[in-house]
Amino acid sequence: MLTLEKRPQPSKALSYITPVLAVIVTMIAGGLLFAALGKDPVVAIRTIFWEPLFGEFASYYRPQLLVKGGPLILIALGLSLGFRAGIWNIGAEGQYIIGAICGAGVALAFYPLDAWYIFPLMVIAGALGGWAWAMIPAILKVKFGTNEILVSLMLVYVAEQLLASMALGLMKNPEGYGFPGSRNLQQYPAAFNGELIAGTGMHWGVAAAFIAAIFSYILLNRHILGFQIRLTGEAPRAAKFSGVKPARLVLICMGVAGALAGMAGMFEVAGPSGQITLSFNVGYGFTAIIVAFLGRLHPVGIILAGLLMALTYIGGDVAQSRLQLPAAAIQMVQGMLLFFLLAVDVLTNYRIKMTKREVA
Amino acid sequence: MTGKLLSIRGLTKAYPGVVANSDVSFDIEPGEVHALLGENGAGKSTLVKMIYGLVKPDSGHMVLQGREYTPAEPQAARAAGVAMVFQHFSLFDALNVAENVALGMANPPKTSELAAKITDVSEQYGLPLDPWKIVGDLSAGERQRVEIIRCLLQDPKLLIMDEPTSVLTPQEVEILFATLRKLKAEGTSILYISHKLEEIRALCDEATILRLGKKVGTCVPRDTSAAQMAELMVGSELHRPERAATVPGAVRLALRGLSVTSPGQFGTSLKDISLEVRAGEVLGLAGVAGNGQDELLAALAGEILAKPGMVVLDGAEIGAKGPGARRKMGLLTAPEERLGHAAAPNMSLTENALLTGAEREALMQNGFLKWGKAKSFAEAIIKRFDVRTPGPETAARALSGGNLQKFVIGREVMQRPDVLVVNQPTWGVDASAAAVIRQALLDLAVGGAAIVVISQDLDELMEVADNFAALNEGRLSEIRPAKGLSMEEIGLMMGGAHGLEVAHA
Amino acid sequence: MDLSAINPILLLASLMVAATAVMIAALGELIVERAGVLNLGVEGMMITGAIIGFAAAVHSGSPAVGFVAAAVGGAGLSLLFALLTQVALANQVASGLALTLFGLGLSSLIGQGYVGIKPPVIPKLNIPLLSDIPVLGPILFRHDMVVYFGILLVVLVWLFLKYTRAGLVLRAVGENHEAAHALGYKVVRIRVLAIMFGGACAGVGGAYVSLVRVPQWTEGMTAGVGWIALALVVFASWKPWRVLLGAYLFGGVTVLQLNLQAAGIAIPVEYLSMSPYLITIIVLVIMSNRRSASPASLGKTFHAAQ
Repeated sequence: MLTLEKRPQPSKALSYITPVLAVIVTMIAGGLLFAALGKDPVVAIRTIFWEPLFGEFASYYRPQLLVKGGPLILIALGLSLGFRAGIWNIGAEGQYIIGAICGAGVALAFYPLDAWYIFPLMVIAGALGGWAWAMIPAILKVKFGTNEILVSLMLVYVAEQLLASMALGLMKNPEGYGFPGSRNLQQYPAAFNGELIAGTGMHWGVAAAFIAAIFSYILLNRHILGFQIRLTGEAPRAAKFSGVKPARLVLICMGVAGALAGMAGMFEVAGPSGQITLSFNVGYGFTAIIVAFLGRLHPVGIILAGLLMALTYIGGDVAQSRLQLPAAAIQMVQGMLLFFLLAVDVLTNYRIKMTKREVA
Repeated sequence: MTGKLLSIRGLTKAYPGVVANSDVSFDIEPGEVHALLGENGAGKSTLVKMIYGLVKPDSGHMVLQGREYTPAEPQAARAAGVAMVFQHFSLFDALNVAENVALGMANPPKTSELAAKITDVSEQYGLPLDPWKIVGDLSAGERQRVEIIRCLLQDPKLLIMDEPTSVLTPQEVEILFATLRKLKAEGTSILYISHKLEEIRALCDEATILRLGKKVGTCVPRDTSAAQMAELMVGSELHRPERAATVPGAVRLALRGLSVTSPGQFGTSLKDISLEVRAGEVLGLAGVAGNGQDELLAALAGEILAKPGMVVLDGAEIGAKGPGARRKMGLLTAPEERLGHAAAPNMSLTENALLTGAEREALMQNGFLKWGKAKSFAEAIIKRFDVRTPGPETAARALSGGNLQKFVIGREVMQRPDVLVVNQPTWGVDASAAAVIRQALLDLAVGGAAIVVISQDLDELMEVADNFAALNEGRLSEIRPAKGLSMEEIGLMMGGAHGLEVAHA
Repeated sequence: MDLSAINPILLLASLMVAATAVMIAALGELIVERAGVLNLGVEGMMITGAIIGFAAAVHSGSPAVGFVAAAVGGAGLSLLFALLTQVALANQVASGLALTLFGLGLSSLIGQGYVGIKPPVIPKLNIPLLSDIPVLGPILFRHDMVVYFGILLVVLVWLFLKYTRAGLVLRAVGENHEAAHALGYKVVRIRVLAIMFGGACAGVGGAYVSLVRVPQWTEGMTAGVGWIALALVVFASWKPWRVLLGAYLFGGVTVLQLNLQAAGIAIPVEYLSMSPYLITIIVLVIMSNRRSASPASLGKTFHAAQ
């Protein structure tokens, strides 16, 4: 019979290996799923993971990697701080939406003025919007001990309704022939978040993601605040004993996560998406949770995981158009990835041993 | 094999890296109180867990009343007539006494009948208990009664008691012993686990002594001196901590009517505690577990804040200051719970050194950490306190209790505190490590620090303390010189028999 | 705006219907949490139950078959969570989120062929005599079976927790798993069973949304009801009767805002649609002031270290 035996300390090597292992197992399970859907599993896996990078139209798909990976990485970096400290902000999707609304709001307010300061103002507004939205669960947690998981999640649904209200009301394009949706910011140069280097997909949001990754790395590895965040996650009582103020940490972690998610939303609405519409949000805020865990809550890991997850989005689109693979199948594969990751994670902290039947 | 209640033959159990029990054999007679004696880590707990069906031996066998005895689980052990009172109670705080008792029985009667039975048995054995009370609200002594009554209701042939007196006042110990003698007279055998030699001499008919998982001897406690037993148990002569005489200096730490509410649901709030500790003085605070020790430490560490004027350090008012600020000012603390409170289990010793040392040891600058320096600090602690570990990168949880405790105490001692407060500094620590820790505390006092030692181990307090007081339900007794105090007096300071006098009246 | 268009009797009657899904799901989660496990995957299990129940009902033509299938499906999905948290000892929060993300994907994959189909209708009971009582009759006694099943479940869960040995053991495991283990109770086995019960309840609750409440299949149609069920357990301080109360409160808000929408009140539709979520937050805030009732081992990983 198999039993688990706690390792004296977590295995470093395995903490690097397990994400890779999870990806491999997911590919196998995904292949089985595709086969069950009547597709050739090898072709499907190849289409998803290989075509966008090295296939015939790779030059078209590759930039998408950064376009889709940028927001995922930016949001996941913020979430990872809280997750490390045991603070569960799972409402990034809402913070992303509010950031986009605020950013777009600034742009639309200035329209059609052409001034250099409009875009920076939008970035600030987006960050502030996401921050404020995240402060609601944070303050309620600090003041009343309210569960931040549930509150931040409820606020996603509220944000979605707000988005609808904006797309149909306040921000509706007056020249849009009555269709829902705002003006397209791609056609408003002062607000447009275009490619910084043509053909790469690199826009300001991607740049922000990489800058955030560097800051996050320094914070976690070199700064006392990062140490306090890790300590709180590992042993909350020890953290308190050490002098950490839990309330302060909640406000910081939730605030940073909200601001980054808000910025991600703003960069998206000003760039790749272009306008506030009913279907503006596509679940980046939730996928970023997978990215954060898959990246081991580590900045470098999150960049890699974000790019991988972006690949599944792009590859999923390709597979959808070429093989008629349903989009839901890809969504399921993404969910599976987190499952397998959590499952193989046990190896980091425990050894599996074959034993005679043991009285538990 | 006739006549024996339980025969244990060659029991062996190994865990990765450690052999908990190796070829242990002994017999328990009917109606005998049999002591199992050994230091922390000698393998007593593993042995009784095997008897109680919680752990399966690798080899060896047991015979209970002439029949092969291989309990697969505690239910089987209980069905065979073996009951156990745990050291860390197997109780459920949010449930009432009757429910807790029912959970330990195979076929409990209806709650109302059970409650009546509990009242019966508790009166019969002089252990008063209200079956409808929520267990979380009971004192440690009362909680033990719940466990004992749970066992007694099953008419056990063998009652296992794991360190039962560690949570009792001396008066309560007397009452417990009376109960145990009564049980013995009724023919129940008792396997009594302890490392307290005087108790064993007072109560037990026979003793089996374990050291490092092996049986190293047996003796009849009444005919053996405590010193002889100690030598068998420890295997070498004990180093008694020594100290140079000091003249108490100025008051370093003063509490003035300290009252704080416990943050825990079943915690004990502190009520009007006043004390003064002078430079060079060691103040020992006794008390049964759960009488406000954790709260006092938290209030001194700054985890619980107090009203202005309640906590004074070297003349400065610090009641509203957090742990970091207090540390900076020279007040250092070491809580009881090593893993999870004093240290983060999954983090390395370097990181754990940083946990309290960042400020005083200048392990950071403008908030940026100096890992090299932190590592050197951890290495220095490891070296000076002889912490057995592969190195400072080892996770705290990988260390044995004694070694981690040396590290935790060492971490504070090496920061040259002006005032050091420790809670249970040698709890669960082997004798040699305990001696190292006590010596370090005394050396600090000689150097001019004021030391507060909170402990449930009276022997320890008598060994290190100049002055003595006891916590009882969040209140502090009067403070008296430790020298010349009798056990009787100490017991009364600890609260006597916690309401039992009333019941006996 | 015409508030007179709102019929109070119909409002109260539909309140009972609107409360049923969240009530059943919350009761399941209540048992899970009383056993000391926090399963945040309720939403995922509900949506999976919604589609599996829908599909099974459509193919068999029987809503009853649909509900049974949904229960099995929900329990099956919850087994994945049990495997992660009880066997692989994974973090319960992360595993619950994974379950929800996975469940959303799985349901929309299964649901591809079912958009726009009408499910078989579940009959209203119209309890003889009682349903003819004026006012009370239409409010209380003209519902489908599942509405009454939900109320019955409240009673059963209450009786189970308060009066049965198994309920006591379950509470003990949730209160202090170390002690329960020391007394010889099979902590992991008990928790796995509790998790499966929670999954089955979530599945049934989900199926109620797709088969009765809406009734049709659309992606993501549970729209956060699973999360509200989680909030409801906190609101109820882990007590079954309070779940009933909370579910009716939630049902009332939902029905009222729908009625107000229909009545054309001057508040934009989106703001009315927000109200159930906002009220959930407000209730959470009020309830979290007086905590403590939560099971002591809730969310903690148990590993028998011997």
